[in-house]
Amino acid sequence: MSARDRSRRAPGHRSAERRGDRVFRGLSRGSGVTLLVVMAAIAAFLAVRSVIAVRHDEGNFLTTFEWDANADPPVFGIAVLLFGTVVSSVVAMVLAVPVAIGIALFLTHYAPRRLAAPLSYLVDLLAAVPSIVYGLWGALYLVPRLTGPYLWLDQWFGWTGVLAYDGTPARSLMTAGLLLAVMILPIVTSVTREVFRQAPAGPQEAALALGATRWEVIRMTVLPFARSGMISASMLGLGRALGETMAVATVLSPGFFIEASLLESGGATFAQNIASQFKEAGSMGRDALIASGLVLFLLTLLVNGAARLLIARRAEYSGAAA
Amino acid sequence: MKPLLGAAVLAFGAVALTACGSDDNSGLPGAVRFSPKDIRCASGGGTLLSSGSSAQANAMEVWVNSYQANCDGSRVTYKATGSGAGVQEFLQGTTAFAGTDAPLTDAETAASRSVCADGGRAVHLPMLAGPIAVGYNLPGVDGLVLDAPTLARIFDSAVDRWDDPAIARLNPDADLPDLPITPFHRSDGSGTTANFTAYLAAAAPDAWPHEPDKTWRGRGGQSADGSSGLIGQVQQNEGAIAYVELSHAHRNGVATARLDTGAGRPVAPRVETASRAVDRARVTGEDGDLVLTLDHTARSPGVYPIVLITYEIVCDRGNRPSTLPLTRAFLGYTASDQGQRDLAGIDYAPLPDRLAEQVRERVAGLS
Repeated sequence: MSARDRSRRAPGHRSAERRGDRVFRGLSRGSGVTLLVVMAAIAAFLAVRSVIAVRHDEGNFLTTFEWDANADPPVFGIAVLLFGTVVSSVVAMVLAVPVAIGIALFLTHYAPRRLAAPLSYLVDLLAAVPSIVYGLWGALYLVPRLTGPYLWLDQWFGWTGVLAYDGTPARSLMTAGLLLAVMILPIVTSVTREVFRQAPAGPQEAALALGATRWEVIRMTVLPFARSGMISASMLGLGRALGETMAVATVLSPGFFIEASLLESGGATFAQNIASQFKEAGSMGRDALIASGLVLFLLTLLVNGAARLLIARRAEYSGAAA
Repeated sequence: MKPLLGAAVLAFGAVALTACGSDDNSGLPGAVRFSPKDIRCASGGGTLLSSGSSAQANAMEVWVNSYQANCDGSRVTYKATGSGAGVQEFLQGTTAFAGTDAPLTDAETAASRSVCADGGRAVHLPMLAGPIAVGYNLPGVDGLVLDAPTLARIFDSAVDRWDDPAIARLNPDADLPDLPITPFHRSDGSGTTANFTAYLAAAAPDAWPHEPDKTWRGRGGQSADGSSGLIGQVQQNEGAIAYVELSHAHRNGVATARLDTGAGRPVAPRVETASRAVDRARVTGEDGDLVLTLDHTARSPGVYPIVLITYEIVCDRGNRPSTLPLTRAFLGYTASDQGQRDLAGIDYAPLPDRLAEQVRERVAGLS
C-alpha cells in the first residue's frame, strides 16, 4: 500500500500528510544525495593523493616488500600489507564463524530460556569492549600463553611449513587472527542468532512431527533458511577484521616481509601500518599511506560486493526469498 | 532515561577534559622550581604553537610548565606528534618551531623557504641530547658489556644465543644462560633507529652492512611501536634486547648494557657520558645552521657514543612577527644554563657550555 493510497482513504488529513510526505521525501532524498556526494568526495580525495604517491614510487606499488615512503626517492609497496590483512582476517573468519554459529544455534535452539537471555547479553557485551582493550589483553595475557600451544603445533604440524615456529614471542599473524576472531565473534553471533530466531516455526514443527531429531530439524529447515543471513553476518565480521587497527598493532610484531609460517613474527596489515607509520610520515609518506588506505577501501568494497553476489545467488534456495 | 544519559555524557566529558587539560601548572614536573629571574619573559605574552619529536617530550613538558608558570599571559604548546609530523606542520606554517631528532633533508630545507619570509630558511638549533641505551632482560646478569661489532651482530640476528662466545669473551665473569636472544627494533620510523643504526654503521661497518635509516634495515628480530612498546617487550620477554632512550629504561627499571668502545673500561649510558660525546660533536651546518655530526668511533674513556640529538627547527629570518618575541624568549630559556641544567634529572644530557652559548646567540639573532 503506497502513501498515496493511504492519504486518499483519510481525506481529513490529506493536505497535512501530503506536506509531511513531501518534507520526508525531500529529507530522504537529500540524505541519500549527501551520502553519495560525501562518498564521492572521499574517494576523489583518496584517489588524487594516491596517484601523487604512486607516481613518485620508485618501487612497484603492488609487489615491493618495503615501506620507506619518506626516503628520497620513496620506495613502497603494498604486497606485505595485502597479504597480512587478508591472512589475519581469513584466520579470524575460520576460527570465529563456526564458533559464532554454534553459539547462536545453542542460544536459539538448545539453551533453556533462562540461560539464553543472559548468555546473549554476555556475547553482545563483548562487542562493547574497545579494541585497544582487546589489544592490551592480547599483548599482556594472550601472547605469553600462546608460546606453549604454538610449540605443540610446530611439533606435530611444523613439517607443513605453515605452522612452523621457533619459540620467539608469539606476535604473529596467527595471534592477530586469533584476537580478531574474539573481536568479531559478538557481531557474527548476534546477527546469526537473530536470523535463526526468525526461522519459520511451521516447517520446524512439521519436521519434528515427522520424527526428525533436533539436529535434523536444524539442518533441514533452519540452516537453509538462514544461509544468506549467516553470510551477511560473516561479512560484517570480516569488515571489522579487515579494518581493525589498534588491537593488531599491539599484538603483531610488524615487519615488511612475508613468512611462510603463520606462527612466525612479521607481516603487517593496512590499518596497522597506517597507524604506526603516520606519526613520522612526511608529505610523501602520508600520500603513500593514503594510497594503501585506498587499496583497503577497494578490498572492502570487493569483499562486500562478492558477498552480495553470493547472497543474491543463494536467495532462491533460502527462506529469505519466500 | 534522558536526564540520566545527559548526566552521563556531562560526567564523561568532564573526566575527558580533565584528562586532557595541560593548563594546570601545579604538580607537573619542574613547574615552579625556577625563580622568575631565570626566565626572561617575552613582553605581551601570546601563544606559541609547536610540535614534533616525542624524544624531547618530557623535557618540553618541564620547559613549557616552567615558562608558563613564570610568565603570565604566555601559552606554549608542544605536541609530541613525532619528528616527521612536526616538520610537516612547520613547513605548512602552522607552528612556530618544530622538534626533530634527525636533520632536515635538502628538500625540506628548500621547502622551508616558502614559510620563512625575507629570504629566510629553516635552521637547526640543537637543544638537548639523550643517550640511547641498550636495554636487556637477562635475569642474573648485571652490567652486561657489549661492543659495537657484537651489538651489530645481535641486532642483525647473526649472534642469536646469549652464551655465544662473542658475548662470553666480553663478559668473562658473567654466567650467561643458554637462551635465545630476541632483538627488538622499532616498527615505526624513528629518529632513535636512525641514530642507533648510524652508530652501528660507523663503529662496526663489517658487522652492520645496512645504511643508517629511520626505518629498520636489519634482519630478523621482532618489532614494536615506539620506545614504550620496545620497553614493554623487553620487560615481558626473557632474553630480549632493545635500544631505547635512557629515560625509558630507567623509568621502567630495565637493565642497560655497558659499551666497550675500546677505551679500556666499558662505558655506561649516563647523562654525563653522553654529554661528553656531544661535546666532541662537530658543527657541520653552514651559515649559522647548527647541525651536529657525532664521532661514533670515539675511543676516549668515559664517552658514550650512542647519542640522540634533538633539534628545534626555526626560520633564521622571516619568522612571524606575532610569534617571534615569544619564540625568542622561550627558546632562549630552554638554551639557558637553568633550562639545560634541569634536564639531567630526567635523563637528558645538557648541551656542552660552548654549544649552548652558540645556540643562545643564534636564538637572540632570530628575526
